[in-house]
Amino acid sequence: MLTTIQIVLLIFILFAISRVYLRAKEQLFSTKTAIFWYIIWIAGLIGVLLPKTTSKLAGLFGVGRGVDVIVYIALALLFYLVFRIYVMIEDIRHEITSLVREIAFQRSQKRSSTLSSSRRRGSKK
Amino acid sequence: MKVIVAVSAFNESKVIYRVVKSIPRRIKNTTISIVVVDDGSFDNTAQEARKAKAIVVRHILNRGLGAAIKTGIDYAQRQQYEAMVTFDGDGQHNPADIEKIIAPIFKKEADLVVGSRFTRSQNVPVDRLIINWLANLATLLLFGVSSTDSQSGLRAFSKKALNLIDYKGERMDFSSEILLEAKKHKLIVTEVPIEAIYTKYSRIKGQKNINSINVLLRFLVRIFR
Repeated sequence: MLTTIQIVLLIFILFAISRVYLRAKEQLFSTKTAIFWYIIWIAGLIGVLLPKTTSKLAGLFGVGRGVDVIVYIALALLFYLVFRIYVMIEDIRHEITSLVREIAFQRSQKRSSTLSSSRRRGSKK
Repeated sequence: MKVIVAVSAFNESKVIYRVVKSIPRRIKNTTISIVVVDDGSFDNTAQEARKAKAIVVRHILNRGLGAAIKTGIDYAQRQQYEAMVTFDGDGQHNPADIEKIIAPIFKKEADLVVGSRFTRSQNVPVDRLIINWLANLATLLLFGVSSTDSQSGLRAFSKKALNLIDYKGERMDFSSEILLEAKKHKLIVTEVPIEAIYTKYSRIKGQKNINSINVLLRFLVRIFR
């Protein structure tokens, strides 16, 4: 018989898996990213449906309780994801800068060609 | 030799005209062009720079000093300049030092010349001394490059350096990366003593000490990405 917390977590995980599936279908995720998230959520699903597996995992890592090993893994994963997001933001920042630079060159070129043509017109008069 | 001075400026309308006008237009029979990279200023920096007869390349958004210098490098490459000097737009450099800093490039003795404020004793604020010492230490530990002034804004690049140096840092973190790139491409780097002019204005406009932590963080992310 499932407990209330198991039912709540189960609904949440199934919802999360459906989101991964939809995003992957829309090709907003790469296959690699989709697989990564499937593994995470399916691992969560196993942990919720078969809580004893987390205790076995805890024993394997030498941690007392099953819930503790989940918290440790989740923390490490969160730190890694924050780092990846930081790197991604840096990449976006570089892309914006490249755009800004290109616009700056185009505008400067346009301005100098407008100026030189108006000078030419002025000297003809 | 075709030489250009790239002046990076952000909200410098009060001083940019004077700074551009103070830059020599001729050094040893070489005509010097001036490009002001206006890094998304909200004031009349671009107009003032044009009034002073500088070429202006204007970022529509503020992207940081490193990005502005990179725009200067790209401009110099596209226009086929053979040497480039970077010069801060807040008036903290002595224009007379441009001749000193470009001399090793003219003589083909160096590819990258760094103007060092710390090779001779002069009136530098204590906080700047400490921050610079820490930045030099971080540059040495993280990149293995030794410099007495890794954060200097006055530098000269040869054509070879312009073509080879490519960095990612957009804020203050680019300075050390330039040295790393020079090391990577085995460029000849030399330091030349320069004068540091610390006015109330340049102190307000300059790098904030607290930003140093952010700069260090960016270094680490770039290494471990």
